[in-house]
Parts: sequence; structure tokens; C-alpha cells
Amino acid sequence: MWSRRQGRLRPTVCGVEELRRRRREREAALRKARREQQLVSKRLLRNDAPEEAGEGCVAAILGETEVQQFLRQAQRGTEEKEREGALVSLRRGLQHPETQQTFIRLEGSMRTLVGLLTSNQALLQLEAARCLHELSHSEQSTVAEACLPATSYLLTYLSSHSSDFIELCLYTLGNLIVESEAVRRQLLPQGIVPALAACIQSPHVAVLEALGYALSQLLQAEEAPEKIIPPASASSSILASTLPQHMLQMLQPGPKLNPGVAVEFAWCLHYIICSQVSNPLLIGHGALSTLGLLLLDLAGAVQKTEDAGLELFFFQKQPSLLPEGLWLLNNLTANSPSFCTSLLSLDLIEPLLQLLPVSNVVSVMVLTVLCNVAEKGPAYCQRLWPGPLLPALLHTLAFSDTEVVGQSLELLHLLFLYQPEAVQVFLQQSGLQALERHQEEAQLQDRVYALQQTALQG
Amino acid sequence: MQLPPALCARLAAGPGAAEPLPVERDPAAGAAPFRFVARPVRFPREHQFFEDGDVQRHLYLQDVIMQVADVPEKPRVPAFACQVAGCCQVFDALDDYEHHYHTLHGNVCSFCKRAFPSGHLLDAHILEWHDSLFQILSERQDMCLVEGCTEKFKTSRDRKDHMVRMHLYPADFRFDKPKKSRSPASAEAPGDSGERSEGEAMEICSEPVAASPAPAGERRIYRHRIPSTICFGQGAARGFKSNKKKTKQC
Repeated sequence: MWSRRQGRLRPTVCGVEELRRRRREREAALRKARREQQLVSKRLLRNDAPEEAGEGCVAAILGETEVQQFLRQAQRGTEEKEREGALVSLRRGLQHPETQQTFIRLEGSMRTLVGLLTSNQALLQLEAARCLHELSHSEQSTVAEACLPATSYLLTYLSSHSSDFIELCLYTLGNLIVESEAVRRQLLPQGIVPALAACIQSPHVAVLEALGYALSQLLQAEEAPEKIIPPASASSSILASTLPQHMLQMLQPGPKLNPGVAVEFAWCLHYIICSQVSNPLLIGHGALSTLGLLLLDLAGAVQKTEDAGLELFFFQKQPSLLPEGLWLLNNLTANSPSFCTSLLSLDLIEPLLQLLPVSNVVSVMVLTVLCNVAEKGPAYCQRLWPGPLLPALLHTLAFSDTEVVGQSLELLHLLFLYQPEAVQVFLQQSGLQALERHQEEAQLQDRVYALQQTALQG
Repeated sequence: MQLPPALCARLAAGPGAAEPLPVERDPAAGAAPFRFVARPVRFPREHQFFEDGDVQRHLYLQDVIMQVADVPEKPRVPAFACQVAGCCQVFDALDDYEHHYHTLHGNVCSFCKRAFPSGHLLDAHILEWHDSLFQILSERQDMCLVEGCTEKFKTSRDRKDHMVRMHLYPADFRFDKPKKSRSPASAEAPGDSGERSEGEAMEICSEPVAASPAPAGERRIYRHRIPSTICFGQGAARGFKSNKKKTKQC
């Protein structure tokens, strides 16, 4: 459970600038990874801080002999504490990629670990599971694939009753899933989807968040749209299981909504929906109303603060919010006179225009939404005139971005067509000069010329 | 972006959307060189449109890793023993006890006291081992152990084959031991293979050390004829003695 584990930050040795730099680096690395379709991130549960362990800075790398020794001790030791201690030492060593490699190369090591995982000693089981978890965190697919013998047991234990243990198994599975297709090819026939569907009924928040994480990793897989999501893929299908209904339940706004859990399942839904496999099925489960209500609830929470500055801060922290919100607006208004009318009657045009300076991408989308309104005819354009629209358009015509200007020209055309009085004012406010600037631009020429003609004839 | 101050109130109070304005399009609207068409937009998963959001998501995942876990030390309590009859395990932390209880006493067969990791496996065990009516009536007894799969098989061999082939389960899956295998539980040593060495069927794995020798048990082929309430040797011992696989004998 991340809220439980998100304790204090390690006392920072580096300053704020350093943190910012590191974050920018991480962001850049993630963008690059995404473009190469190599976007992999994992979660790690680690219970002891190096400082608290009292071992100096970091646990030492273990050599082959030491790994063997610890395994033997864990397996055959007489004292329970001794056996547990051996596994703890092994686990600490496994924090190092070198030890991980040593471990997987050692013959019989995984088999021994699996034996301990399935032993009847509860504490040994836990420690063995933690060792597996460390291994699952490796960035090397060979290490993840070395864990394959354990997966059937991890899945079996999802139906057990120890919530801490289940949580650990889920995060381990999630890490393994995202690392290698070989792992997924095994987990699907092993029944991971029914196992998750059974597990999602757990009342434990920590388990649910872990489940959401594991599921999101499964859904993020490249082959998910073909092999994991569609109802036709039978026993390994997400859409054919009871998972979608439960996911939506966990996104219902209200006092029971847990943010950590909701975040994970929201991402799961995103991956399913943008795979465009069978969205009507989700709509049938009430996805639209649930998500709509949730969005309203969240927006309401932001509004409540009544601090005008907060919204800007919000957008800075989440730069994707604006384009995505506008995308939603576009899809709502494109074919709906109702939504267009609502935009007008709720006086939302002016606030939309205020977004124009944010970025080119945002500008284009705002203008597109306005075009959706304007193209519905004179009744709509009358409500766009007079007002801040024309001055805003004259302003965007001064932009250099071709797409922004192009969309402005489209909107102008509709405005002139359905609200001819606008032409005069356009001319009076040096509209022709604004147009002239783009006469030579290949992509804009024809439209610029057409508008010039309209203006002059009007 | 400044929203109209009255907006919230209007949205909260309003009875619903206003009557939509009449739509009236002029064909000149879409005439060349203008090309705008109102249409909903779809982005496929890999589209760059989702890049910002994906990056946020992964920073979120990674951020949690960067933070040092602040799990407080397990609260310790005065040592106490497990209350289940026959179990002498001692604990000094409630979390440990909880895990022990669920693992060893959670899904226990009331007939033979074996413990199973899940209710599903316990159910399968009871049907296969203790339900005499089921055994007499049904030809196919052994059900696939994978949750969600409804296949059933005549022999445990067939079931194992199915689980290995269809579900990619390991051939030595520890929770699928055929009843005939009564050989002494031997060490879980690396390199050990085959179900015969793994001791009793469908049980949480025995300790590698000190397994009691088991006399030859029922032969599988007689299963249908001898009621399950009659056990030879080992079975009787199990009924009276607590599960000998517990760590401490009382």
C-alpha cells in the first residue's frame, strides 16, 4: 500500500535544483523510452531502510558461495530464526544486480527458493516471496524469466487469505509481467485473469491497489489489444471476466473512493479503452456515467478552493490535462447541438478563449471546439457575436504556427458565412493586414485569398 | 482561465441542458478551399497525444520507489502461542501470527487436517478424497486446479497432463500430488524431480527434514471400492496425531 509506505523522504543530501534536474532527466528518459516503445516501470516494496538496517550504507554483493550457503541454511537449518535470517541476508544481497545474476546462474537456486515459498513455514514463505520480489524488480529480462518456475505458485497464493502475502505476490507478478513477453505467455494460460478476478473481491485496500498495478502492467503490454483484452480470447480475456465491473465500482465517487486504488484502475481502463477493442461493452457496464460523475467530483474538488491561481498550478503539474480536456470537449461538441448550445448558454466561450495563449496544441484544440459550435449555423454564430471572439481571432492570426492560423481561418470563414456583420468589424480592425502576413504560406494561401475576397466583397 | 462565477451554482441548480439551438448549415461552409469538418477524434494507444500522460504515470510509479519506505517496526507483543489444537508455534508479532494462521489453519480439511493455500484447492481436495458419493457417481473426479478452468479428468495423470500442456504448470506442482504417492517425504533438495518423492498429495510441502516413514497406503485402483472413511496406517495416524509437518511437536 503506497500511502502507507510513502513515508518521509530520505533527508535530501542534494538541493532542490538537483532534484529538479534529476526529474527532468527522468522525464526525458521516459519520453525517449516511450517513443521506442520500451516504457517499463516497476514497483518495489522494500521494508528496511539501509540506515535502519545498521549495515552501513548498502548491503554487500554476495558471491556464489555465499548465495549457496544462505540457501542451504534456509532450507536445512534447524533453528527457525536461523533459517529466516539466512533468507533475509539473501534478500538484502539480491538488491544488487550482480547478486541477482549470481543467483540465477546457480543451479537449483530457484528450485530451492520455490520450495521455501511453498513450505509450511509462514515466515519462510514471506521471506522467500520477498526474495522473489527483489528479483522481479530487475531490469534484465533474464532475471525475470528465471522466476518463471514460481509463477504458478504466486497465482495460487492470490487465493490465500493473508493480505500482506497477496499484496507482495501481486507486486511481484506486476513487475514480472511488464518485463518480458515470455512471462506473459506463461501467465495467461496459467490463469492469471481468473485469479485476478477472484482476488478483486478482497476488502483490503492494499491488495486492491496492488491488483490494479499488476493489471495495469498486463494491459499495457503490446499484445494486450489482441490477446488479453478481447472477449473472444476466452479464459484469458479481461473483457469477458468480471474485472471491468469491479474496476468501475472502484471508480465510483464517494466516501469509499481510495485515491491510490482509483489511480491504478483508471489506468487499467485507459489501456482498455484506447485499445478500442470493445468499448460498447464497457459503456454497457456504465463506464460513461461512472467516469463522468468521477470527473465532476474531482473538478468540484478543485473548484472548491476558490483560488483562481490553483487551476494554473494544476495545469502546470499536469500538462496533459488541458489537451485531454479539450479533446473531450471536441468529441462532445462535434456532433451534438445540445452540447454546443450548453457551451454557449453557460458562457464558456470566453474562458475557452483565455486558453489560447497557453500553447499551439491547446490553441488548435480550442479553435476546433469553437468551429464545432460555429459550423452548426447562424443560430450558433449569432451567439458568438459580438464578443471576444473576433479580437481573439485577430490575435491568433498573428501566430506563426501554421496549424493555429489554419484553424483560425476556418473559424473566420464560418463566422463570415453565418454572421456577415462580422466582416465590417474585421476590416475596421486591420483584419486584411493580419491576413496578408500569410499570403505566401503554401498551406494557407488558398484560404487566405478566399477570405480576402469575402472581406472585400462584403 | 477564469470560469464565470455563477457557473457552479447554475450547474448545481439547473434542471438540465437548454433546448438545443436549431442547426442550419450552408453548403458553402464546407466548400473548398475550406475543409473543416466537425468530427470526434480517436487516438490509438501509441499516439503521441498520450505521451505526457504516460510520462506522468511512470513518474508516479517510479516516485514511490525513490522514497524510502517508512514501515514502522512490526509491533511486538509478549510472546503467545497459536491457539489451534495441536499447534505450538509461538509468535511475538501479530502480523506473523496472522500469516501463520491463514497459511496453516486457514483452509484446513476437517477430515484429514491437511492445509491448503486456498479455498479452491481445499474444495477440490474434499471432492476428490472425501466425497464418497461423488466418487461413486462420477467417473471423472479430478478437476483442473486452475481457477476458472472447468475441465475434469478420470485420473490424476490426465489432470496433470492437462495442467502441464494447457496451463503451462510445472509437472511437479506441489499442490497436485496423486493419492497413490505415499512414499516418505524426502528432502526438497534441488534436483529432486517427480511426484513420488514429494510425499503426501496436495499438502503444503513438508519440511525437508525428518519425515516419518509411511507404510504403503491404499492402491489407487481400489479407490472406488473402499470407502474413504477407511484408511490404512498412515491415514489413521493422521487422524489422531496433529499434522506432523508442524514445526514443533507438542
